[in-house]
Amino acid sequence: MTRGALRTRIRMMLRRRGAIGGAKQGRRERQYWPEVLARPRTPPRVAERGPGAQRLILIRVLGAAAAAAALLVPSAGAAPPGDVARGKHLYGEYCIACHGAAGSGVTHPPSARIGAAPGRAQTQQRRLAPSLRGVGALAADFYLRTGYMPLSRIGIQPRRSRVLFSEAQIRALVAYVASLGPGPPIPRPQPQRGSLSEGLRLFTDHCAGCHQVVAEGGYVTGAVAPPLEQATPTQIAQAVRIGPYVMPTFSRQAISDRRLDSIIAYVQYAKHPDDRGGWALGHIGPVPEGLVAWLIATAALVAVCVVIGERVRRGEG
Amino acid sequence: MIRRLVRALDQRSGSAPFIRKTLRYLFPDHWSFLLGEVALYAFVILVATGVYLTLFYTDGTTDVVYHGSYVPLQGQHMTEAYRSVVNISFSVKAGLLIRQTHHWAADVFVAAITLHMLRVFFTGAYRKPRELTYWLGLTMLLAALLEGYLGYSLADDLLSGMGLAIGNAVALSIPFVGANLGALIWGGPFPGKHEFFARMYVAHVFLLPVLIATLLAVHLLLVALRHHTQFKRGPRETERKIVGVPTFPGQTPRSLGLFFAVAGVLFLLGGLAQINPIWLWGPFHTFSSTNGAQPDWYLGWLIGALRLVPSFDLVIGGYTLVPNPFWGGAAFPLIVFTFLYLWPWLERRWSGDDAFHNLLDRPRDAPGRTAIGVGFFTWVFLVFVAGSADRIDVLFNISYTSQIWAYRVAALAAPPITAFIAYRVCRELQAGEIVERERTRAEREAVAARRGAETA
Amino acid sequence: MARARPKDVLVAALTLLAARLQPGRRRRRMRELTVPAGPPSPGAELLVLGLLAAATICAVAFIVVYALDRLPRQTQLLGLSIGLAFLCIAAAFVVAAKRLVVSEQNEDDYPAEEHPEEQETIGEVVEDSGSRLTRKRLLTLGAAAAGGSLGLALITPAVSLGPVFDTSSFYGTPWRRGRRLVDENGRPYHASEIEESALYTAFPQGADREELGSSVVLVRLPPAALDLPHANAGYAADGIVAYSKICTHAGCAISLYRTPLFPPASPGPPALVCPCHYSTFDPATAGTVLFGPAGRKLPMLPLLIDGRGDLRAAGNFDEPVGPSWWGVRLRGPNP
Repeated sequence: MTRGALRTRIRMMLRRRGAIGGAKQGRRERQYWPEVLARPRTPPRVAERGPGAQRLILIRVLGAAAAAAALLVPSAGAAPPGDVARGKHLYGEYCIACHGAAGSGVTHPPSARIGAAPGRAQTQQRRLAPSLRGVGALAADFYLRTGYMPLSRIGIQPRRSRVLFSEAQIRALVAYVASLGPGPPIPRPQPQRGSLSEGLRLFTDHCAGCHQVVAEGGYVTGAVAPPLEQATPTQIAQAVRIGPYVMPTFSRQAISDRRLDSIIAYVQYAKHPDDRGGWALGHIGPVPEGLVAWLIATAALVAVCVVIGERVRRGEG
Repeated sequence: MIRRLVRALDQRSGSAPFIRKTLRYLFPDHWSFLLGEVALYAFVILVATGVYLTLFYTDGTTDVVYHGSYVPLQGQHMTEAYRSVVNISFSVKAGLLIRQTHHWAADVFVAAITLHMLRVFFTGAYRKPRELTYWLGLTMLLAALLEGYLGYSLADDLLSGMGLAIGNAVALSIPFVGANLGALIWGGPFPGKHEFFARMYVAHVFLLPVLIATLLAVHLLLVALRHHTQFKRGPRETERKIVGVPTFPGQTPRSLGLFFAVAGVLFLLGGLAQINPIWLWGPFHTFSSTNGAQPDWYLGWLIGALRLVPSFDLVIGGYTLVPNPFWGGAAFPLIVFTFLYLWPWLERRWSGDDAFHNLLDRPRDAPGRTAIGVGFFTWVFLVFVAGSADRIDVLFNISYTSQIWAYRVAALAAPPITAFIAYRVCRELQAGEIVERERTRAEREAVAARRGAETA
Repeated sequence: MARARPKDVLVAALTLLAARLQPGRRRRRMRELTVPAGPPSPGAELLVLGLLAAATICAVAFIVVYALDRLPRQTQLLGLSIGLAFLCIAAAFVVAAKRLVVSEQNEDDYPAEEHPEEQETIGEVVEDSGSRLTRKRLLTLGAAAAGGSLGLALITPAVSLGPVFDTSSFYGTPWRRGRRLVDENGRPYHASEIEESALYTAFPQGADREELGSSVVLVRLPPAALDLPHANAGYAADGIVAYSKICTHAGCAISLYRTPLFPPASPGPPALVCPCHYSTFDPATAGTVLFGPAGRKLPMLPLLIDGRGDLRAAGNFDEPVGPSWWGVRLRGPNP
């Protein structure tokens, strides 16, 4: 890759992260490139003249990476180093068995043929888990706060369940996982800025196929798309960006932050939608309606028939 | 006052003898005989609420943009038809009440017909001379199923639109003529011409109600002409003599009471229990869909069948003879209704019983019929329940794929088992009655003998 | 048990009465009533009155609630008031039926099973009234021919409802070589914006979106995962594949995309799923059916990337779109 192409690439990456401004600034940078090369500059933009172009590239890459890493820390402020350390300790207790050291992940379960019978392999704890490097605080926060992780058994679908950790523990683990590699921070969605009608349209287009149009959950071959009643705005934003288990991954390019705000606004609405017709029956349509028609209406009317049709006693004849 | 009225009427129509006969017509007493009336009154409510809805609904398929009061739909593209239903639900005073009552009435209408039909089947009321009455009833059931389907499809919401697409696919799947039939009804491939909604509307609002009303009138006429069937409660009821409550004054308050009860239950539900909230589903587009879409309960047996049939199109050469949806969507209901239509004739062949029957059997008195009925019902019921296997997975985490396999096996294996059990139960009950009768007779004889010995 | 048949006595009384009754004259003497009087039940009367009063209040409440309008839970109050009004009246009738109205258990004859003489007369009249005819069978044939063809003629205009004999429209789609793929807002899709593990819906630029042949789903698969058969060899563009969005089973829109985040522990490969009956299609193998009742693979649209990087169709689908019918495998879609 040429130097210019590399520089363009790094600049695009930084721009996407919001670190630097638009094209105008880039043009200015290009103008001053020879001067910048000659002049020493404060880190991280030090452009030292090294013995070769490759060393220069390496330093620029490292510098850019360091800048990127610094910006990826949650906006609440960089995690105190104590958090990361404590998180590492917790990781060692709860996560390392499946996710491996330093979040390396295990994609091929070690053949656990310890013991005589082949069936033994099933009783060993299978280690199978994705790498956590680069998943960022966004994913760690999502999986821990929903109770998706720790998974009670390898191979099952992660579902909302017991949250094993306290607030401080979660923060520590998130900080540690975030430190494992550059990854997205915890999102801060603004559903109040979203539009409810755009949200319904987007939700129908992208989400209703699995989650059902009023977010009551649904079935996908081999998995369940959960109902979204308990999902917080942050968790919705996180799930959309991660695409957990078999859910598609929607990046900012596919669904912009503003559109995501609208979707989240709609999901919030869907938790308590307009039920002016009365008892909502779970918002899933004809199945509970049929149950009510039979078990309440028809049953009541059969009872009325029994009362009315009671045999007239002979004496009154 | 009444006498003056009757006199005026009789002089102008000569109908006093007829009215007198009607007033003293006898209704045998059993609660299960009122189930048909429940269906009748549900139909009356349907027509009444339906007429009201026609005054506000439009079947237009022109694309419009919504600017009404419901925020999530604002700015969305929809048909005029969908917008008119949202309008009825949100802007017309009492519109939502009438709309929901209408829909609940449709569900209860078919439920009552089903219960009534089961009663007629298991008591043998369809036997000679009432086969015609029975067939008219079955035809009304068919018409009611179609009527309901068209009715909730008129709203053009996401759920019912998906249902129409499936209906179109089933029509297309009919061998040799499927595509032609589909093109005829829809005016081309799905979603069809704009006129299709107008056709649905006319069928739902006029053609089918007139058909049902006509069949109903003939059905009731036949019932009256041949008189009701009755259970043998005692020595008075025979094949020749009917025992019951006369229309007036005995039966009138009962029937009126039932009518008002049906109306009351339906309107209560219409106000208190939300049904088909189409504003939550959104408008239909061919490129949109939602998880968990289901037809109304009375078509649930069809979605179950469609999901259970394994994946195959029957292809000969390049000719697709039988596309997959045919088996579940067309062949299955065809088999069920053919069996129901043919049953009086089948039973006559198998039992050799060709006589007139005014007396009903209790289910236990006809073990063969009861067994076959129970087995057949088990089959249809299991297919019906299979239709909601996906919601069971979402709620209870039972694998959908495993459920499908379980239902496939059960739908074939369970009916013979339940039929056998029903047969045995009938036989045991019969045997128990014989024992009971013998015991009372023996006791009576013993008492008489003792008394005779005392006097002697 | 010997019992005086009230019915016989009543019929006799009625006959005598009918003979003696003159129009215009009212008899006020005591006579045997058709329906004998029963014991009074003031308690039941009170109950009925109470129920009727409750019904009145409920019905008035309905009118009031309707007029007030904009009440919270308006529909519930309306339904409650009118429903209770109906139920109270129903209860009043039932109480009346059981306690206030005389309930009889009468006997009557079933009507005659059949009427052999009339049947005979009818048969004789209908059959023999054509006794002047010498060519009865021929006339019958002629009548049948005329009647039958008239009936057919009267049904014929039904064919105008739709193209019964021309199913070529089933093969048509708006896609042609070079047609741009656009999103729901009409903006063309750029190949670089299609990411893996995401589902995109596309339409032909300028076409009617509601047409079944219009909507397609786009997914990008890693090149190593693609395993297209020979017939669909060039259909993918840079790993991007496009399929008809309309399920080949029963025509619902395929809006589910199962895409494992962690393939070693997932229920299956990436798959397009239909929410109606869960037909599952494999985008890596030109849309073969993995699960569910669909009997036909998903039609695939060949793609190309133009000079600007926009996605365009490289032709029409490899199969007709939508649910199967008898001719779906006879030829491909309209070019």
